[in-house]
Order: sequence, then C-alpha cells, then structure tokens
Amino acid sequence: MNKYSLVSIADLNKDELLALLERARYFEEHPNQKILDGKVVATLFFEPSTRTRLSFETAVNRLGGRVIGFYDASTTSSSKGETLHDTIKMVSNYVDLIVMRHYLEGAARWASEVTDIPVVNAGDGANQHPSQTMLDLYSIYKTQGRLNDLTITMVGDLKYGRTVHSLLMAMSYFNPTFNFVACKELQMPEEYLKFCDEHGIKYTITTDFSPEIINASDIIYMTRVQRERFTDIMEYERVKNLYTLRNDMLANSRDNLRILHPLPRVNEIAYDVDDNPKAYYFDQARNGLYARQAIICRALGIDPLNNKPSNAQ
Amino acid sequence: MTGKKELAVAALRNGTVIDHIPSSALFKAVRILGIENLDTSVTIGYNLESGKLGRKGIIKVADVEFDEATLNRIALIAPTAVVNIIRDFNVVEKRQVALPDTIVGIVKCANPKCITNNEPMLTRFVVVGHDPVAIRCHYCNHTVAGKDAEVL
Repeated sequence: MNKYSLVSIADLNKDELLALLERARYFEEHPNQKILDGKVVATLFFEPSTRTRLSFETAVNRLGGRVIGFYDASTTSSSKGETLHDTIKMVSNYVDLIVMRHYLEGAARWASEVTDIPVVNAGDGANQHPSQTMLDLYSIYKTQGRLNDLTITMVGDLKYGRTVHSLLMAMSYFNPTFNFVACKELQMPEEYLKFCDEHGIKYTITTDFSPEIINASDIIYMTRVQRERFTDIMEYERVKNLYTLRNDMLANSRDNLRILHPLPRVNEIAYDVDDNPKAYYFDQARNGLYARQAIICRALGIDPLNNKPSNAQ
Repeated sequence: MTGKKELAVAALRNGTVIDHIPSSALFKAVRILGIENLDTSVTIGYNLESGKLGRKGIIKVADVEFDEATLNRIALIAPTAVVNIIRDFNVVEKRQVALPDTIVGIVKCANPKCITNNEPMLTRFVVVGHDPVAIRCHYCNHTVAGKDAEVL
C-alpha cells in the first residue's frame, strides 16, 4: 500500500484537490519538461479505453518518463488465468508507477493493497474514475475562475453515470447548488441525495429540462442516456430526446455558462451547440492531459512547483 | 426472565448461549459461528416463542466460549442477539452483540462484477448504518442491508 495511490476521488481531501488543480494549471502553462526522467510507468489496460490510455501515456511522455504496458488483456497472462494479484506483483518489480484500467469494480483498490508501488485508477468498471473527476473539476475551475458557490445542472443518466457521482462528491467542499435533471428511472440514487443532505448541499430534482433551470446554471454537465439501461425500449425512445441540448435552448443562458460532457456523446448534445462558445466539452478533454500530469507527479512524490522529490517513500 | 427459564431447561454447565436471534437469521448465525465444525454438544432452537421478536432462535454451545470478535459478527444479521457466558451453571456474563466497524471475510459481495467475486481474496465491508444495519463493500462500494447479507 502506497499512500500516494489514487483509487477514488474520495481519497483526496480539499487541500489535496486544490493542490492538484494548481499543478494542473502549472502543467497547462508548461506541458513539456523532463521531471520524470528515468521513471518508468506501466499502463495496464485490462479493458480497452483508447482516450484515457492515450491521455495518460501522453502525460508521461511529455514529462520525459517512459511507458510500458498493454491495452488488450487477451494477450497477457490474465488470459491464462493469472490473478490480478500476481500480475500486479510481477509488474511492481519493473516500474515506478502503475496506471490501471479494469472491467471489475474494486480492482484498483485491490491492486493498491498488494503492492508498495503507487497505483492510479484509470477506471474500474462502473465504480471510480478519479482522473476524469479531476479534469472535470479543473475544467470548472478554469472556466469559472472559482469553484465556490456555483450552480451545476446534471442532465441525463444520473443513476449509472459514475462521472456525475464522483463530481458531486468532489464539489461537496465548495458549497455548490445542484439541479438533477433526469427521467424517474435514471434519477440520482438515494445514497447521493443523502450525501448532499448530510453535507448541507442544496439541490433540486426534476424531470423537466426547463429554460428556468438552464438560465440559472453556471455549468451544465450532460451525460449520455444509454439504451441498455432500459428494459422497455419504447420508454428509451420517449426519454432520449427529452434530455437533448440544442443551441436555441441556450439563448438566454448566463454568459459564464459552460457545457461539459465526459464524451463520447451520441445525440444528447445537438451538433449545432458545438459552435457556441459556451460548448466546452472538447477543451474539457484536453484538460485531462494536465490533470493527469498532476496526478502522475503526485503519485510519484514529485512536486513540479519545487521540481524536486517531496518526502515520498 | 424467559431467558433464565430456558437456560435451566438446557442445563448447560459451561459454555455459551446466544439468545434472541431472529428466526430468519438463525441458520446464518450457525454458519458464522462455524458450529458444524464443533465436536461439543450444541442445541439449536428454531421458531421459539418470544415476547420481543415473535419468533426467535437460540443456540446453546457446551464447553465453548467464543472470542468476542467471532460473536460480534452475528450482529450483522442479528443485532438483537444476546450472548450469555455460562460457567458452572451460572451466567457470568450477559451482553448484547456489538457490530464491528469492518467485517472481513464473512460476507459475499452481492455485486457479481466486484473484484472479490473474481479473485481468491478476503471480502471486506465497512459498516455504514446501524439501524437498520447497512454495509458497503470496501472494494466496489456496493451497499447492502445487513439482513440481506449473504454469508460465505
């Protein structure tokens, strides 16, 4: 177990979140430097995810580190029946940091417990994806100039969408107001509403993606409504277009409003929104590079602002 | 008082009596205690009348005193259970089971996509609610009610 492992966004307190955001901003200004010279990072993708893997590998490469790994578990020993435990133990002999994606939930937590090498979770099934949350936070911070006292509207699949759950928890330090816009089947789960209640977070729940909600928002976080979540296909057809954002819906929105989406989108944001300066989802993806550079350096105990190792083990 | 009367019936000289187990949780409790591996005499009462619970279960184990951690595992499925330690026909200790903060290796995670169901490893749950009991998987964060917990 390494204390710099990052498995869940809940592993970070407010100061650690802010420190990471500050370093993400630093990397946006200075993306290329040799501070990982001599470091080897493993990217173990037991499940393919091109976007996340390329983002992590670019982050390492731009900082002068080297990458080993795989992105198709069928070519590895896990296809021969090797346990995750043994794979992690083996890889730990070779590298300074493990970045892993796995289709099983809890896999990254387990991996972090079997090795002293830091582990960064790049997604474990439907469970956690903390680097996505960091890039979402950084995108909000960057576009709004602050994190405190913002009104954030989450739209679409709030039941299964892990990105909205993690973002909700990370924002809890910053006095947000949430609007949860979804059909009844896909509303925010009870445990997260309870979390809001316990932390004194204001929220509204509605099925209606109304002009009032849009015009009062600082951030609209769109998510994809997935067909496989519905047992009744007619219900899916009815619901999917209710939560589509079109450009004309933004006519009276706030100047500072930005539209976020974890991507890939299907039809929940119409293409005519892309040219609106309030559309931020493509820039949001680029912020993932800087957020991941910050996460990698933290995991290795390297502080880019001092450019020397902190007291890592 | 009823507890005492039943103890007299069993006439346990030394050992442990676990009383006030809801009937629905009795056989899970038997499994958690590993009773089937004991070679001392054990009396199991099922669907006995109870003022408190309606129907209750009771387990009387001769010549065995379980350690506290083992007994407290029962709290997960039977928070009402009462433990009596018997020495020389006298109740020398009587207490309610207490739920531990973490439960290791005795509950199966209900999430089939949880790593614990796919690797040879111990499960680990964090108690997140006491009344009613709720536990959350340390690995996949799946939450389940204590009464629905599947005992390994």
